[in-house]
Amino acid sequence: MGYISNTENDQKEILAAIGVSSTEELLAPIPESIRLKRSLDLPGPYDELSLLLHCRKLAALNKDIDSTLSFLGAGIYDHFRPAIIETLIGRGEFLTSYTPYQPEMSQGMLQVLYEYQTLICALTGMDIANASMYDGATATAEAAMMATDITGRKEVLVLSTVHPHYRQVLRTYLQWAQFIYKEVVPESEAIGEALSERTACVILQQPDFLGYVVSDIANIIGATHASGALAITVVDPISLGILCAPGELGADIVVGEGQGLGIAPGYGGPLLGFFACRKEFMRHLPGRIVGATTDQRGRRGYTMTLRTREQDIRREKATSNICTNQTLLALAATIYLCALGKNGLRKVAELVIRKAHYAHKALCSIPDITDPFSGKPFFKEFVIQLPIPDRDVCEKLLEENGIMGGLPLQPYYPELGNALLVCVTETKTREQIDLYVETLQRVVAEMTAYAK
Amino acid sequence: MLNNNYQMNKTAAMESYEPPIFELSRTGRSGVNLPDEDVPNYDLEEMLPQHLIRKDLPLPEVSELDVVRHFTRLSQRNYGIDVGFYPLGSCTMKYNPKVHEKIASMPGFAMLHPFQPEETAQGALAVLWSLQSFLSEIGGMDATTLQPAAGAHGELLAMMMTRAYHLEKGDDKRNEVIIPDSAHGTNPASAARCGFTVRSIPSGSDGCVAVEELEKVLSERTAALMLTNPNTLGLFEKEVVKICALVHDAGGLVYCDGANMNALLGIARPGDMGFDIMHFNLHKTFSTPHGGGGAGGGAVSVKQHLEPYLPIPVVERRKEGENERYWLNYERPRSIGRIHSFYGAFLVALRAYAYILTLGPKGLREVAENAILNANYVRAQLKDHYDVAYNSPLCMHEVVLSAKRQKQESGVRALDISKRLMDYGFHPPTNYFPLIVPEALMIEPTETESKQTLDRFVAAMIQIAEETKENPELVKSAPHATPISRLDEVKAVRELDVRYEPLFIKENA
Repeated sequence: MGYISNTENDQKEILAAIGVSSTEELLAPIPESIRLKRSLDLPGPYDELSLLLHCRKLAALNKDIDSTLSFLGAGIYDHFRPAIIETLIGRGEFLTSYTPYQPEMSQGMLQVLYEYQTLICALTGMDIANASMYDGATATAEAAMMATDITGRKEVLVLSTVHPHYRQVLRTYLQWAQFIYKEVVPESEAIGEALSERTACVILQQPDFLGYVVSDIANIIGATHASGALAITVVDPISLGILCAPGELGADIVVGEGQGLGIAPGYGGPLLGFFACRKEFMRHLPGRIVGATTDQRGRRGYTMTLRTREQDIRREKATSNICTNQTLLALAATIYLCALGKNGLRKVAELVIRKAHYAHKALCSIPDITDPFSGKPFFKEFVIQLPIPDRDVCEKLLEENGIMGGLPLQPYYPELGNALLVCVTETKTREQIDLYVETLQRVVAEMTAYAK
Repeated sequence: MLNNNYQMNKTAAMESYEPPIFELSRTGRSGVNLPDEDVPNYDLEEMLPQHLIRKDLPLPEVSELDVVRHFTRLSQRNYGIDVGFYPLGSCTMKYNPKVHEKIASMPGFAMLHPFQPEETAQGALAVLWSLQSFLSEIGGMDATTLQPAAGAHGELLAMMMTRAYHLEKGDDKRNEVIIPDSAHGTNPASAARCGFTVRSIPSGSDGCVAVEELEKVLSERTAALMLTNPNTLGLFEKEVVKICALVHDAGGLVYCDGANMNALLGIARPGDMGFDIMHFNLHKTFSTPHGGGGAGGGAVSVKQHLEPYLPIPVVERRKEGENERYWLNYERPRSIGRIHSFYGAFLVALRAYAYILTLGPKGLREVAENAILNANYVRAQLKDHYDVAYNSPLCMHEVVLSAKRQKQESGVRALDISKRLMDYGFHPPTNYFPLIVPEALMIEPTETESKQTLDRFVAAMIQIAEETKENPELVKSAPHATPISRLDEVKAVRELDVRYEPLFIKENA
């Protein structure tokens, strides 16, 4: 039966009302030559119980970060998610609604998006935010495209400390749209040399991919503006509980990944891209924007606005092709930011930075482990260098104590040698951090001895 | 006749105004219990440059109960499939099975990190690999990627692959993408986003692609044709085989916008019609919840000749001794590159996978048959009361009506009819799309609705048709039963208010 409601009798009555004798007759417009003459070659049907058993078996083949001890970050974070989020976003009125094209029946979600936009503006210090993008990487790519549109320039300058996957997505988007992708090391002199009258924007990440805080961000933004380009900052929203809003530092467009704001890691998706900019660029914004207005009786209400930028109205002249975005995840982030509020987000950020520093001190005091960026300020991630191959160490950590010790950086920054990107969030207790440190110390000692 | 019980549920909560959450804020309130610090209380100024430490954070301060009530009340001011009939054409608003939510929240799926070693995510990779192969089979294609986050993202990917394909053949003149005027707005927007020039072609008198119009614009500049089949009028493009052949003869590729695949499951496959590339909307055809505007899923399937261009990474399977091992292949030199932070919307793909397993081959075909059955039923019941676009004798999974007659007779427009439907407890159909139908009302009932629900909807539509004759003002001023009436959209643009002000909430103001 699947999920079909009509009984055989209903179907008969429907056929009679249409005036045909079988469903087959309704398929007449499909030429015989291209009909599928066999059943699809697929498994199933599964009843609900068998489906659950099957899925549980598959889930059991995975090692999840709840049942292991994970120090993985690099764009997807294990931040604490209050229970109310799952309960509230699971409400059918939200979960099973479509894009709010009919505002009278969608006031709930429209108000959510208005509040979401407000919260993103509050966090980033920007004037206007859209109602979400697919993820941090595509939000960054859309920001670059928007900058080329605003400036009429073709070249996008990207710091090499931006998330490597974001850089790949940027390269893909720009390449096929025939814009120019250019990468530069994060040093003032190099950036100054790379900037020119062809530069549409400079994209930097704060804290950068390796976790370090860019101290001279205001100078980089200043140099960018001096050459007539826009400054795009990719930020971690949790870090904004403690770090200055990029708007205060002069950023023109601020984007990032909102997964940390109450969204499950989900093997990397679905995610939440956020996107905010200064007022003067609002007509170039991609995606949906919700605004407040009044109804015929003067009551406050919400509706999608500035619609003439969008694909369903402007078609090939739209500011972006985005249609479906990530509304339910924007709802999750809204609930998260409201529940934590002013003091909660600050506290999370403080917990994170102190635990990360505690872990950093302990890990760097292990013999044979070095700190390649000693003295550089960081938020929740940092790099450690190992005397033995990073992948082997990670394997051993997982085997011994179920620890995912971090991301081996060899594929992304081979110049760092055997290095791990370690992430510590508020979900890790001191005990767990100590266990990681002890295990790593033992593993390194054993493996180094063996190697000798 | 209509039963008032089916009117929108007017509870006190729905009627009452819910203030922006910022107005509930009171200094010192908090909605979360966080752990105390268990590590040394390092000084912030020793960890961060002083000039970068934030001074203020203008977020609301509300209790957990405030948050729960606020968002519960907002949900009551929102309408979803779980509340009632949602015949929004082109959006395939079918029932979203609850078991999928249970599966997607299993920690063994929800709590996976995309950077964890492949050996520790074999179950997840198996799901992705299996869904790739299921979709290839359903579409009659050779390979599939699940990375696009939504249909439009899939379209954009397809355009990138189209460009890569032509460029690799040394053909850099192909800069035009042909799109029928009945297409979704995302088609031309996606083509333009990839630097192509859009050539729009008018539909024929039967609502399908006019082959002679296509022939006029085909040339050595043609990169691709983007075609929705069944098209947005709910009609099967009966010349599709010829159309594909013509485009191929001109050296172009043919792309299928799969938004309407719900009509074809197990009956016919784009790959067998001649399409080279297509996208699926997992949130339409495969019943993953749309969540008020996403997360969606926009898988793209291709024929063999386009397989090398798929975005990285591709999920692959190999035998290792007795076992099958799944892995992520990044070594694909002809790939167009990466288009998503990680591997697409895994938890959305997981729901679609569960849906396909539940239905199986027979069940999927029944989906399409019943979707077509229900749409034709609505069409048959309403054809005497409204004009049917292009007078087509049969439709596929959706029917496009026109309120042209009502507009001429009493000035009542499609939008008015839609608003009046709300008073009868139904979500309206899609309005003013496709653009080529005046006063369009695009109705897609889907297979999960019962005849009894459709009868109530039909009764409401007939009643509204009567009302347009007897009391047109009642319809023009609708809705009357919703928490708010029609909004001032002009004011929304002119007096732009897109965030709550002031960001700092003043108490007891």
